[in-house]
Amino acid sequence: MAEASATEPESRDRGSADRGSTDLGSADRGSADRETAGRQTAGPEAANPEGAGPETAGRERADDAVIATRALTKRYRGGQLAVDGLDLTVPAGSVFGFLGPNGSGKTTTIRMLMGLIEPTSGSARVLGRPMPGAARTVLPGVGALIEGPALYGFLSGRDNLLRYDAADPAADPRTRRARVSAALDRVGLVAAAGKKARAYSLGMKQRLGLAAALLQPRRLLVLDEPTNGLDPQGMREIRALVRELASDGTTVFLSSHLLDEIEQVCTHAAVMARGRLITQGAVADLSAGARGRLVVTTPDPADAARVLKEQGAGDVVAVEDRVTAEPPDHDLAEVNAALVAAGVRVRGFGLERASLEDAFVALTGEGFDVAG
Amino acid sequence: MRAPSPLWAFGLLRSELLTTFRRWRTLALLGVLAAVPVLVGIAVRIETSDGSSVGGAGGGGPAFIAQISNNGLFLVFTALAATLPFFLPMAVGVVAGDAIAGEANAGTLRYLLVAPAGRTRLLLTKYTTVIVFCLAATLVVAASALVVGALLFPVGDLVTISGTRITYGEGLGRALLIALVVAASLVGVAALGLFVSTLTSSGIAAMATTVGLLITVQILDQIPQLHALHPYFFSHYWLSFADLMREPVYWDELVRNLGLQALYAAVFGSAAWARFTTKDITS
Repeated sequence: MAEASATEPESRDRGSADRGSTDLGSADRGSADRETAGRQTAGPEAANPEGAGPETAGRERADDAVIATRALTKRYRGGQLAVDGLDLTVPAGSVFGFLGPNGSGKTTTIRMLMGLIEPTSGSARVLGRPMPGAARTVLPGVGALIEGPALYGFLSGRDNLLRYDAADPAADPRTRRARVSAALDRVGLVAAAGKKARAYSLGMKQRLGLAAALLQPRRLLVLDEPTNGLDPQGMREIRALVRELASDGTTVFLSSHLLDEIEQVCTHAAVMARGRLITQGAVADLSAGARGRLVVTTPDPADAARVLKEQGAGDVVAVEDRVTAEPPDHDLAEVNAALVAAGVRVRGFGLERASLEDAFVALTGEGFDVAG
Repeated sequence: MRAPSPLWAFGLLRSELLTTFRRWRTLALLGVLAAVPVLVGIAVRIETSDGSSVGGAGGGGPAFIAQISNNGLFLVFTALAATLPFFLPMAVGVVAGDAIAGEANAGTLRYLLVAPAGRTRLLLTKYTTVIVFCLAATLVVAASALVVGALLFPVGDLVTISGTRITYGEGLGRALLIALVVAASLVGVAALGLFVSTLTSSGIAAMATTVGLLITVQILDQIPQLHALHPYFFSHYWLSFADLMREPVYWDELVRNLGLQALYAAVFGSAAWARFTTKDITS
């Protein structure tokens, strides 16, 4: 079943063909394979540290990871443990999805990575340097959208960007206006650039926040819920932008509570719940961890359920004309034949690919929207 | 990594000054301050139009008010004496209290720090901007008073507190010096406000706390039983600027005032730095 889900790239709307065929994350494949699949910008080890032999994997993770944390922990005053012993590794060149319900510690983690919050213990390295210690050299290479955009309402969109750019010591004042215009253009805000930011809609504010993250060429983009408040068209545009940036070699660290969003754009993902990292790895591996389900559509659900049980299927659930079950180990063609032979009128028979949500439920034993 | 420009701090300062002085609120505060000399001037003009002196025989009202009808330049001193106890420090308290807390409240602080503005540099930039505002506010009061005084009253040579005569030109010089001393008198409140601003993520709370402290100190400064503490209140020597109108100038309290302001700036500036550079930014 793992193969079945991993070799169906066309079903996951990756946008561009070169990225769609990468079979991202099947860790058993060689890194050269990946290199030919359209990752010219990042080196093979950088693109896939897991692809290296097990004896070197540890060292390469530490060297090439864009973000690497070791036992990162944050306990707020008052004793609340927000992040508990986090070991996170974000490979260079990846589009990394950071998943978890609200209150699971995602934002606290991001704030520690950006030097806004001091960890209680543990360490974090961003772009190979320790945070928050090396903030001054690290952060000019990082564009960030943290917990939604924040703007000066009394300034125009353009003036907001000029101000944020002026705060960056590494930004060249001579190219400031041109870079601001380019960033506005990239997020489609040129027409509204002269308007006061307080008159912006949430979607426009979100775009302006993204523009601020794109003022300079960045090695890492940290985007916390970037499609929040956007309409479906805006969400598609942002996803396209993320893919475009990633294809330029920028590592994108994307937090979201929308699982299908992560599935659509991310190559790697990590899942947090209650301050702990539950799992991390390539997206295909994560959803492969959860088995797909066999789905039979039939007007005879009771008979179908009985036959499926006889065939060795587990966890048979019949809802109206739909019967789902854990697929048995033998050939599904035989299962279908058995159904037909038993007189079940089969209208639909297929394997539903395991989604990341299934993986999440399998990992946590609970629904995704449950706040930790 | 690109090398930071040595002049980058000034880029941030320039942006900060532009941002502060383009705010409607800042302009409104300066507008109110500019209106004070106009009101005082018109009031004095009406009261003295029948030839009587201001406040009757007993005087009363801010320092120098009785001399305004003789020489418009005294409106500058009167306006500064009238605004220094409350209007000026309140305006400074609003700007200083909002400096960090307002950015935290709007969420823009995290983006400035991620830019990365640098915490120490951002704090220095903020303090410098507040000091510039102190100067601007004082100069607005002085300039408004100078214009209103010249329009409503005769100008010319003037008599100092000590009774000597000085020329109008020298009087202008003294007025400028007094404005600078008044601006320097606000440095302590500015540091106090900035420190309060690092303690909270609510701009309104920081402004209210700073202005509240200002009023409290002014009241305590009036209670005779607290006499021993008075020399340590930042407002205690504020009105000593009048000594600049003596001939020769009486420097004792002026120097004590400036020393006290420097002490406040050092103590609360350090406290603000210690707080801001270690603070978790969760807003």
